[in-house]
Amino acid sequence: MTIRLGGMLFGVVLVAILMIWSFGVDTLNYSTPEKPDYYAYQEENIHPAGGFSFDGVGGKWDNQQLQRGYQVYKEVCKSCHSLKYVAFRNLVQLGYTEDEARAEAASWDVPGLDEYGEATTRPAEITDYFPSPYPNEVAARAANNNAYPPDLSLITKARPDGSNYVYSLLQGYNEPDPEDVKKSPDFETPSGLYFNEYFYNINIAMPPQLYPDLITYADGTEATQEQMAQDVAAFLTWTAEPSLVQRKQTGWFVIGFLLFATGLAFLSYKQIWAGKKKKKA
Amino acid sequence: MSFAWAKQYEPKTDFTKWVDEKLPLPRMVYNAVGAGYPVPRNLNYMWNFGVLAGVFLMIQIITGVVLAMHYRGDVSVAFGSVEHIMRNVNYGWMLRYAHANGASFFFIVIYMHIFRGLYYSSYKAPREMIWLLGVVIFLLMMATAFMGYVLPWGQMSFWGAKVITGLFGAIPLVGEPLQIWLVGGYAPNAATLNRFFSLHFLLPFVIAGVVILHIWALHIPGSSNPTGVEVKKESDTVPFHPYYTAKDGWFLGLVLVLFSAFVFFAPNVLGHPDNYIEANPLSTPAHIVPEWYFLPFYAILRAFTGDLALFGVTLIPAKLLGVIGMFGSILVWFFLPWLDKSPVRSGSYRPAFKKFFWFGLVPTMIILTICGGAPAEQPYVLISQLATAYYFIHFLIVLPIISQIEIPKPLPFSITEAVLGKNDAAGGTDGGGEKPETVVKPLPGDEGSLQPAE
Repeated sequence: MTIRLGGMLFGVVLVAILMIWSFGVDTLNYSTPEKPDYYAYQEENIHPAGGFSFDGVGGKWDNQQLQRGYQVYKEVCKSCHSLKYVAFRNLVQLGYTEDEARAEAASWDVPGLDEYGEATTRPAEITDYFPSPYPNEVAARAANNNAYPPDLSLITKARPDGSNYVYSLLQGYNEPDPEDVKKSPDFETPSGLYFNEYFYNINIAMPPQLYPDLITYADGTEATQEQMAQDVAAFLTWTAEPSLVQRKQTGWFVIGFLLFATGLAFLSYKQIWAGKKKKKA
Repeated sequence: MSFAWAKQYEPKTDFTKWVDEKLPLPRMVYNAVGAGYPVPRNLNYMWNFGVLAGVFLMIQIITGVVLAMHYRGDVSVAFGSVEHIMRNVNYGWMLRYAHANGASFFFIVIYMHIFRGLYYSSYKAPREMIWLLGVVIFLLMMATAFMGYVLPWGQMSFWGAKVITGLFGAIPLVGEPLQIWLVGGYAPNAATLNRFFSLHFLLPFVIAGVVILHIWALHIPGSSNPTGVEVKKESDTVPFHPYYTAKDGWFLGLVLVLFSAFVFFAPNVLGHPDNYIEANPLSTPAHIVPEWYFLPFYAILRAFTGDLALFGVTLIPAKLLGVIGMFGSILVWFFLPWLDKSPVRSGSYRPAFKKFFWFGLVPTMIILTICGGAPAEQPYVLISQLATAYYFIHFLIVLPIISQIEIPKPLPFSITEAVLGKNDAAGGTDGGGEKPETVVKPLPGDEGSLQPAE
């Protein structure tokens, strides 16, 4: 008995020695934290939720909203942001007819060749992908104060909680919290950047874009900032994952089938094992 | 097969007789996972994970082969080809999500399988070889999963590859040339992606081969069981089919429901959003984190923050210490059968072992997983250092000591007795059990060594 306790104590003492060693090495760094101003924002990473129709396990696309979101992209975002993984044929999924999608494609110019083989532009076909506003990254940076507007096809999957993030970011151009300014009086948004509390380092190169009534929705919805932000965030969720709703619907079918099959398998398991279990007294 | 009472395969039709004569493959399957394999009757649900691991290996190979038909392993188009799969290939999104989450589930079931082995000491004689092959499978899985994660060529793919291949640079003298040779350059590039694709396609079949050895080695002593008492007589066992095929079958359904919940309703929660940004060698992500199943080992890697120095001379730099620690944390499993010398197998009959397992090793692994995913700053570094220390202490000090000094609880005489209780078993009421005294002979290597050291 005593030997057994001694062995356990030996382990405990060894751990204790290592704990003290660890503390000695690292307490110094711990006691002098140096964290940048934006750290609190990055750490918290809280942004309001958009309340989308596709949220949740039974979510569905709201085609009206996706079409409005497409309109926001077309009239606002597309001047700087590409959408390279989306093709015009995909617009049919938003509720447009094939002819409408064809007509929509024709209203965009894509790079092409003329009869002499010289580079020119031509109206897009339905099979074309959305063209990039800039020929390359250097041109994009030159036009945007050395910032590179990211491609938006996957943006809602490329950011944590992406749909709500895009929704929040577009409305996040506020003043810094006075409490935080008091804590670090040197805080200043560098020129050419804009304070946005939802951006990962709070100073974003993209100027505020969505002003009320900036666009006139085809379906007559009032174009408030929140409405436009929600619509374009929904649209970008669709561009990031066109199969999102199909995925969830397939999921119900698959899980339903598996539950049924598992139930049957469980019953046969109970029957097969009935004779081998200990009988209850 | 080891047990004399194992059922024999009897071909019934002329055709099966003909096949059995020319190539007894059905006989082999019958003896491996059919009625010809007697299995202890008292296995609990922790014993389901071996079969599940095999199922997930098959899911990975099937989805992976189809994905490879559409994927292109070239840095300029790899990311786009994954999006092509997600958008244009029929049910490509389902294949890819099943493959990505299938890797996670493969690791979940493997970790359950390993922890079952650790708790019930399945690594002890006469099953050392099964355990050693299992560790080899785990190492191969880690390599395969790591290379698979590089293939989409997102930001985490690229930077994860850079960090992990950089580990080889820590090896003294040959490290840097070795790293350049493995990567095919100074940083992950077109050559890296192409060779990772090739190896990622190859290694699952190597794993399948070692799995066959693993099962072969298992069939020599037969399956272990929750009491750790060896099989003594026929009433201790049931045929694998239909008893364990039924049990594994319904449990597989349950796990597939959980798997489907991830694939269809939360396919990206186990991944990292940064991997939906195309790889950019000029832009480092804020936090480079591996997939969740590597986090404990990543935490051990990062726990070593100081050089081992003597009088100001650096003997081993911190990076090499970390690499040794990380690989050592798995290599120590190879020595487990000889570190834990307790004659009692099952943790249920070992009070001290049980305490260290549930209050030491299990929380340590959870803490390491959390710390591996946290940024490399305090207090996480300190916590992972403590957890790393305990991890090695557990295997290298605690296990050898408690296996010497522990007083185990009395073991049941036989599996039948453990299931049915002493009187029923002695009476031979169920399953045709004999009286314990009439047992003819123990198995080789089992001569009383498993009785408690009173």
